[in-house]
Amino acid sequence: MDMPSPNPAILAKKPRLIERLLQVLPADAVIHLESETRAYECDALTAYRCPPMAAVLPSSTQEVSDVLRICHDMGVPVVPRGSGTSLAGGALPTADSVILGVARMNAVLETDYDNRFVRVQSGRTNLSVTGAVEENDFFYAPDPSSQLACAIAGNIAMNSGGAHCLKYGVTTNNLMGVTMVLMDGTVVEIGGAHLDSGGLDLLGVICGSEGQLGVVTEATLRILRKPEGARPVLMGFDSNEVAGECVSDIIKAGVLPVAIEFMDRPCIRATEAFAKAGYPDCEALLIVEVEGSDAEIDEQLERIVAIARRHNPVELRESKSADESARIWLGRKSAFGAMGQINDYMCLDGTIPVSQLPFVLRRIGEMSKQYGLDVGNVFHAGDGNMHPLILFDANKPGDLELCEAFGADILRLCVEVGGCLTGEHGVGIEKRDLMVDQFAPDDLDIQMAVKDVFDPQWLLNPAKVFPLQASEARRAA
Amino acid sequence: MMIPRTEAELADMVAGATGRLQIIGGGTRSVAQAREAQVLTARGLSGITLYEPGSLTLVAQAGTPVAEIEAALAAEGQRLPFEPMDHRGLLGTSGTPTIGGVVGGNVSGPRRIQVGAARDFLLGVRFVDGTGRILKNGGRVMKNVTGYDLVKLMAGARGRLGVLSEVSFKVLPMPEVAVTLVLPDLDDAGAVQAMARALGSPYEVTGAAHWPGQGAYLRIEGFAGSVAYRAGKLREMLGGEVEDSVERWAAIRDVTPFQQVDGDIWRLSVKPSDAPGLVARAGADGALYDWGGGLVWLRMAPGTDLRARLGAFDGHATLVRAGADTRARLPMEQPEPPALAALSAGIRARFDPRGIFAAETDMSPVVVS
Repeated sequence: MDMPSPNPAILAKKPRLIERLLQVLPADAVIHLESETRAYECDALTAYRCPPMAAVLPSSTQEVSDVLRICHDMGVPVVPRGSGTSLAGGALPTADSVILGVARMNAVLETDYDNRFVRVQSGRTNLSVTGAVEENDFFYAPDPSSQLACAIAGNIAMNSGGAHCLKYGVTTNNLMGVTMVLMDGTVVEIGGAHLDSGGLDLLGVICGSEGQLGVVTEATLRILRKPEGARPVLMGFDSNEVAGECVSDIIKAGVLPVAIEFMDRPCIRATEAFAKAGYPDCEALLIVEVEGSDAEIDEQLERIVAIARRHNPVELRESKSADESARIWLGRKSAFGAMGQINDYMCLDGTIPVSQLPFVLRRIGEMSKQYGLDVGNVFHAGDGNMHPLILFDANKPGDLELCEAFGADILRLCVEVGGCLTGEHGVGIEKRDLMVDQFAPDDLDIQMAVKDVFDPQWLLNPAKVFPLQASEARRAA
Repeated sequence: MMIPRTEAELADMVAGATGRLQIIGGGTRSVAQAREAQVLTARGLSGITLYEPGSLTLVAQAGTPVAEIEAALAAEGQRLPFEPMDHRGLLGTSGTPTIGGVVGGNVSGPRRIQVGAARDFLLGVRFVDGTGRILKNGGRVMKNVTGYDLVKLMAGARGRLGVLSEVSFKVLPMPEVAVTLVLPDLDDAGAVQAMARALGSPYEVTGAAHWPGQGAYLRIEGFAGSVAYRAGKLREMLGGEVEDSVERWAAIRDVTPFQQVDGDIWRLSVKPSDAPGLVARAGADGALYDWGGGLVWLRMAPGTDLRARLGAFDGHATLVRAGADTRARLPMEQPEPPALAALSAGIRARFDPRGIFAAETDMSPVVVS
């Protein structure tokens, strides 16, 4: 994975830059010693590292504006960072860039239960948004698995999803407004406590723009009343095809579960060895969760179980208690850890049409043999968002490259069957060079044209999302 | 009128255009002819391209009639969840509403308050930009963060960024049962409070509207047992009577109280609890609240500048129906603050560098090279 070479002219500006940053930020908010900038050398895509020239930790929208204005004046690239949990390298710096971290901005600014929103600073973590409203039985719906650590700023940048988005949607469907600072320091307010945009839906394009259009400092988020309860059912099948058909039949029957999770045999085995959740030894396993009052849950589960029975499950386990629910979820929630126990792994994130599930799983199995690398599949089946986990040995020369090539082939397969490269993790640097497999040059050009409007000099997170060759002329201009 | 029959023909027509183009579907949501513009309709691009009920996905050409899509979905027990309104009654137009028009206007009905707007269900678009390039964004899968989300930008762009040729949607199952809880005798403030309590409950209300003088209405949908349970719980909380009918929701969606009556029609998008105060300040001849108060339809004396009367508020006011002289004087959309207006203008300039796409309400002269 290439990154642009650092620009010596920018590196030479470091002393002057630090001096100017210290005029607008307290000393402890400007990190510039080499021993300290190392803490910002990577995000959760740890295979790629590079310490930035400096990192700043502003505490207010005004400070963010001051920092961006200075960097804009001096032509210094800025890489925004939430909590640094990106799996796609979204917050990976270059040596000539400044990391702008929003971690110190984590206040709740307003909670409004009558109008069902909360306004927070963007450094607040996803789970603590729910934490701020749960005493009144409300919650913030998008729930990426990193929710304990990840920041709302990063959720907005990547348009994060989670296990429950089949029912509640992803970040963009729960984001009502932002305060955002443009690269030149201009502060804009977009949206608010009302629904729908008055003019062009700028909020819609900002969400998911991977920190390339502006730095979001505050967000107005939709909150929802918690359901009265939730319970899963676990079902095992002796083929991926049958499990896929069962998913399709449940959806067609008019039941809208809050989550439909799918695990294949390699993943079930690894999980079982690790967490001992008591999962059946079978080809494919589904966990389907529904919400409501006890009686409503029973009504829905009854229909789901009836559908499952038509597909001759090898196991069917309906939860009747909180304890049984926890046991059903135990394996699924340990899946990534279980795979990590076996070896290093790379987690992919392509989405496919649900109807293509059996075909894609079969092809991944064939490719796994060709590459000689094991792969386990655990994913959100209701919406087709796959998470193949490819196992490799980071200490074995060439294994990472082999794994990346295998991953790229899987993602190309996702695109071929009508899906996409990434469902919820974002492009970052990880999938940047595969964008040409999903988009024609003109499709990429019109996206880059949007960045031209918000950030004409291409200083904000410039080496991400678009293949370097495609963005070269714009970055150099 | 220009009626391309294929996407390629559409691209050629746009590339070869020498004057301004006003983009329409069936023309049912337009109230005016853009100045000096030739009309180009997408209605010749028609037909459902792909429908997979088990994947909750439908793809259609932009000129496909909404009715054709709704019928295909109904045959499989599914629907467009965002309940797009039919503007013909309110605007006094005729013709056939198209799915591209729904997307262009981000047209959503009462269920928007619970499930989201048209833009939230739009998975992908194909369109032709102002230079005649055929472009695509998004796709046909429910979760997709690959590149910028221009899908949202195209929803509600009203033909100013490009001509839609194909759109894909996430659809949802139709409920088994639907009922309405009617709360009579509430004033506007009381109704908005009651709707807030219902929407803040765990009972999943899929419509919350208030028709002053008639009553406040809450819609509950789902499986029979669940609907009975939730309607019962809401009635315990708020009183009222449960009706086994949801017919009145079509009337709320299409704003029938203001059909065939005089006056300018405005649409307010506001923070719900602000709505009663704003309605009082507006001095309207009539009001209809939807989305728990987040959407208010107002009938105003002809020529009233509602925005001047309301002053600053969280939200925006759209002029939906008015005489030509009023439309010449008042912009349809709420003017944006300068920094946002500059971003919007910049985006339009990139998508349509020749400035040929004329929104019906654009009053400024455009330059076509």
